[in-house]
Amino acid sequence: MSEEKTKVADIDRSLYDFRYEEDERDFLGSGITADIIGALSDEKGDTDWMREFRLRSLEIYRRMPMVNWGPSIEGLDVDNIVTYIRTKSRMNSDWNDVPADIKDTFEKLGIPQAERESLAGVGAQYDSELVYHNVRKEVAESGVVYTDLESAMHDERYAELIRSHFMKLVPPTDHKFAALHGAVWSGGSFVYVPAGVKTEIPLQSYFRLNARGAGQFEHTLIILEENSSLHFIEGCSAPKYYEAGLHAGCVELYVGRNASLRYSTIENWSKNMYNLNTKRALVEEGGKIEWVSGSFGSHVSYLYPMSILNGRGARAEFTGITFAGEGQELDTGAKIVHNAPDTSSYINTKSISKDGGISTFRSAVTVNEKAVGSKSSVSCESLMLDSISRSDTIPVMDIRTDKADVGHEAKIGRISDDTVFYLMSRGLSEEDAKAMIVRGFADNVSKELPLEYAVEMNNLIGLEMKGSIG
Amino acid sequence: MSQLLEIKGLTAGIEGKTLLHGIDLTVGAGETHVLMGPNGAGKSTLGSVIMGSPEYAVSGGSILFKGEDITDESADKRAKRGIFLSFQDPVEIAGVSLSEFLRNALEQLTGKHTKLWDHKKKLKQCMEILGMDSAYADRDLNVGFSGGEKKKAEILQLLVLEPQLAILDETDSGLDVDAVKTVSAGIEEYKRRTGGSLIVITHNTRILDALKVDKTHILAAGKTVAEGGAELAGDVIEHGFERYINGGK
Ligand SMILES: Nc1ncnc2c1ncn2[C@@H]1O[C@H](COP(=O)(O)OP(=O)(O)OP(=O)(O)O)[C@@H](O)[C@H]1O
Ligand SMILES: [Mg+2]
Repeated sequence: MSEEKTKVADIDRSLYDFRYEEDERDFLGSGITADIIGALSDEKGDTDWMREFRLRSLEIYRRMPMVNWGPSIEGLDVDNIVTYIRTKSRMNSDWNDVPADIKDTFEKLGIPQAERESLAGVGAQYDSELVYHNVRKEVAESGVVYTDLESAMHDERYAELIRSHFMKLVPPTDHKFAALHGAVWSGGSFVYVPAGVKTEIPLQSYFRLNARGAGQFEHTLIILEENSSLHFIEGCSAPKYYEAGLHAGCVELYVGRNASLRYSTIENWSKNMYNLNTKRALVEEGGKIEWVSGSFGSHVSYLYPMSILNGRGARAEFTGITFAGEGQELDTGAKIVHNAPDTSSYINTKSISKDGGISTFRSAVTVNEKAVGSKSSVSCESLMLDSISRSDTIPVMDIRTDKADVGHEAKIGRISDDTVFYLMSRGLSEEDAKAMIVRGFADNVSKELPLEYAVEMNNLIGLEMKGSIG
Repeated sequence: MSQLLEIKGLTAGIEGKTLLHGIDLTVGAGETHVLMGPNGAGKSTLGSVIMGSPEYAVSGGSILFKGEDITDESADKRAKRGIFLSFQDPVEIAGVSLSEFLRNALEQLTGKHTKLWDHKKKLKQCMEILGMDSAYADRDLNVGFSGGEKKKAEILQLLVLEPQLAILDETDSGLDVDAVKTVSAGIEEYKRRTGGSLIVITHNTRILDALKVDKTHILAAGKTVAEGGAELAGDVIEHGFERYINGGK
């Protein structure tokens, strides 16, 4: 019986966990030394400032202590993680030019489909390089720039803009993995939306890791000028492999006056990954950032997107879901800094833990003296699917003005036997019944996602729920 | 005629406590049975055990459905055979709409894909019979429904799922006078369409007015203490349970 169960789970996982043999010659070698960073700069043709930036970041990385306040990352041997892997292909703008094995991988992930279904563009990162990139004409015609960050850096039209924004919001001194990112970052997207341009169709990029032991350090930089708007979707899914995998990406979002950005992600890392991702948004007067975040997979995750509300009336909304299964410890949450009057933030998260998984939700809301008349509401609901799983809520509030309205609510629950019996009495198997309850629980997040992503998330929940019946 | 449901010597309970002591109950195809008894007699327990609730363990006797032993089957398998329970306290499920839930259930029961359009049409038609606002189809299942609305939603499920045997556990309690009428009409419509069998658990005969009752069973302290025809139900309402419970003394 239990053997059968394991088999089922393995087959299902294979739908998302698949990888291809990488060409060994493409490795730059293990460990992170100044030489490696230099070689990376050579390979990338870095400008002088980037060359220096990488080396300075490496210094900071060496000096900074290991993160030690959250889930254990002892199993992570950063020096042995290959920091950079080239794929065999260069940039492609036509699907037909994408190498067959890469194409097959994407096909399994449904990328060309999504493309057909009127998404604005796909910038998918295979290993560390962008191999497929295509922005719909109309988006480009409106003046929106959507390209890979590396080539944008070498484009004189954007070089200065990037230099003045790159890792200014998340400096290498922020924490050890931000420093590591500054040293070895590779790949990622650059989006620029000019003043007044409202982008109707969402821009999408899909990341995944391939090579065994490969680190991935992609950088996303998005700049929205005044009165513009954009929906950017980032999806991640990684194949399963045996050595410790590390993801230390960085996302920097600049939201100008009265601009509005929605940033959606569904992350589905393979179960041995350390996901130490840093995401941050700076919102000017009257601007708005909306985060929609689904965290699946990984062995350990540290993920707390931060919104800095810097101008009067700036707003942040965070809707997130985290699913921690067997052997997983997902430490997620959101941070908000209210730096100006009349700013508002709204955090609404759900977390699910199962088969001994641990899910910890941290919120940190800071309301500074200047932020009079600001409002913040934090709500967190956890669902534990069995008695061996854990769920914790750690809300932190630092309120420095008495003229603010701040609320926090946390609920922890279990799936009730009565509910499962009710659904089973209508013909649903125990597994389907539980999956339906969990999907319902996650509904407020899937509602925020574009349809095909909501479907993918529901499928992921279905996969995670498989084999859960003892 | 072969029997639809045959319960023989059913003994069941929870850990350390027997709640049903050797119940016999036979329901033929198309028949309507009434189950009455004082509070705490074990009526809901019996309904749950017939449906296959894992809350109770069966320690003796058997349950046959269409001649097959289902005593140890899980609830979903029994549902697929055609058994349905209208709950005394229907549960609320956030994030799952009534319509989506019913479509899912229907597909599980029939093993066939149901076209969204056809499903919506049928659902709307069934909701009309019960005087339910069609907007309820898109609301989360039972969430924020009033007590009476939840009961109506149970009968709506009965109409959509069309089981062969429906156990209605106090579907009439908490309903206003008019609602009892509409719900009765819904149950009548179910019988007319499917010719299915009913076990009606109630404290009130009003819901039975429109139904032709074949048999009444009185349960007390987990035992059947009296059985009779339709007249027995009326008699109980008029005189109470006393004489049946102490009948043996
Ligand atoms: N899970 C349980 N744990 C403990 N006792 C239970 C449980 N389920 C039922 N009982 C007990 O079994 C007895 C029968 O309960 P049941 O709900 O079947 O009564 P009923 O006949 O439906 O009553 P009512 O008319 O009030 O609905 C009651 O004494 C009840 O407290
Ligand atoms: Mg009862």
